[in-house]
Amino acid sequence: MWHKLKLDMRRNYQAYLMILPSVLLIAVFAYFPTYGIILAFKKFKPALGVFGSPWVGLKHFRDFLSSPYLWRLVRNTLGISLYTLAVGYPLPIVLALLLNEVNCLPFKKTVQTITYMPYFISTVVICGMVKSFLGYDGVLNEIIKALGGAGNVSWLSEPKYFQTIIVWTGVWQGLGWNSIIYMAALAGIDQQLYEAAKIDGAGRLRQIWYVTLPGIAPTIIIIIIMAIGSLLSVSSDKILLLYSPLTYETGDVVGTYVYRKGIKGAEYSYSEAVSLIDTVVNFLLLTGANWLSRKLTDTSLW
Amino acid sequence: MKRKSTKIRLTTGEVVFSCVNYLVLTILMLICLYPLYQVVVDSISGPGAVMRSNGMLIWPKDVHLDAYKIVFSNPNLRTGFANTLFYMFFGTGLQFLNVCLSAYTLSKKNLMLKKGLMIYFTVTMYVGGGLIPFFLLINNLGLMNSRWVLVIPYGYNVWNTIVMRTNFNGIPDGLREAATIDGASDFTILFRVLMPLSGAVSAVILLWGAVGYWNMWFEPMIYLTERSKYPIQSILREILIDANEQLMAGAGQTTVKFDPSTRSAANTLVKYANIVVCTVPILVVYPFAQKYFIKGVMIGSLKG
Repeated sequence: MWHKLKLDMRRNYQAYLMILPSVLLIAVFAYFPTYGIILAFKKFKPALGVFGSPWVGLKHFRDFLSSPYLWRLVRNTLGISLYTLAVGYPLPIVLALLLNEVNCLPFKKTVQTITYMPYFISTVVICGMVKSFLGYDGVLNEIIKALGGAGNVSWLSEPKYFQTIIVWTGVWQGLGWNSIIYMAALAGIDQQLYEAAKIDGAGRLRQIWYVTLPGIAPTIIIIIIMAIGSLLSVSSDKILLLYSPLTYETGDVVGTYVYRKGIKGAEYSYSEAVSLIDTVVNFLLLTGANWLSRKLTDTSLW
Repeated sequence: MKRKSTKIRLTTGEVVFSCVNYLVLTILMLICLYPLYQVVVDSISGPGAVMRSNGMLIWPKDVHLDAYKIVFSNPNLRTGFANTLFYMFFGTGLQFLNVCLSAYTLSKKNLMLKKGLMIYFTVTMYVGGGLIPFFLLINNLGLMNSRWVLVIPYGYNVWNTIVMRTNFNGIPDGLREAATIDGASDFTILFRVLMPLSGAVSAVILLWGAVGYWNMWFEPMIYLTERSKYPIQSILREILIDANEQLMAGAGQTTVKFDPSTRSAANTLVKYANIVVCTVPILVVYPFAQKYFIKGVMIGSLKG
């Protein structure tokens, strides 16, 4: 066995040499940090290092699970995810269906190029625009005034609007881009089905209902299942840039909380415990969704 | 998708349907364009006009380019651009090189450790220590506030490696065998035989890598402490989000002065000019690279 391996190594030393840099990088930056999980069970003291710090058992977990933050984080994370699921998932499908009914090719291409564009604007710029447009003397208030409203709201300081802002800016940014996958599914539908439907006397709407939608149903189901799998992993990028102590109540999610407590507050052990709970729950959800996907659609992540 | 219009007459229902459809899509395009349009219009208008209208100008008014003069004379923005190019070049380059090299090994036949290496790679997609241990690791390695902190830890990419490996597996074995018989080494086969046949996939990986670096702001925020090393997005974050007025005003490098009574509107103008300057490059490049970006989505969707 060892002899064979040695022979293999010698014969293929170039191939092994080629993969070596990646293997080392993965060892250092992917595998090695997993030791940090034990941080969650310790009281971390920088002077003693991770291994020298004293054990505290499940103290950090108990602290978090009995803190008022637990409920707030779960509520906000689920709130933003479900909200995104409700508007961010159907809309790209609707867009794809509408685009599919356009016969004028240049118009279709223009719509595609323009609706994909926001996806390429950086997060920082998007949040900069949001901050400026939704300020007290911003464009949104001006539009509301023009329409006869009061227009005196400081949108980003009101907890009740925060999730709406996060979700709808996400829709603005991803609507076109997320429709690509459905456009591809639509391109795969057999044209003869449409001919047959027309001969049977089906109009445009009926064709959509009886031919187009069933044609892209598998894609829709997979995307929804995967969304359920990531229900508790909300991206904290935009939230970090837009929230403030005024809107922590509705904007704080696991990612932002871990960043605030861990990186800014240097409570490494406690925030690692929070992050660990999150990882485990997410992993279970993803595994569950994957299992469901395999049962229902024969497609899965692994 | 094209549908041959074999019909001569359209029913009333179909005409209505088409009209509504075109109308909805046109409105959607306007919604996508409006914020950018407003930013451009305000950025070239006078601060007084912007203040009176609270930024909602339909056409540019009192056109002048003072805001752009400030932006272009801001040394922080220039170093930001230069830094982003540095991170983009070395980060994407290192990652791409490692992706090609490891994908080659993982696609090579008759390699005893291939299966083990494959597992070693894929496990990392699902297991990780999270932000805090990574942060402590960077600290312990002495990478904190080093330029390489945005390059070396991102010098590999498992998902792209798998994509590239799938691509290599799709290239007929005969080519490799012929090269081997001619005495070509593994390196020669990779760079002379396989890579010239992998243009599209390479473009996808390089473009997405570059976009990732262009947008990066969180990692620089926690790992870099000196402004001289900040990429462009970090400078923008200070200007747009933290509203750092000193940085906004070109760090004292400009002779342009705004009337104090319109100061807040002038700040908005400068912010918008910054947005335009930092967004236009990517929006100009994107339509030409669109097909590769879309290809990337299709490759990415294979997993889900």
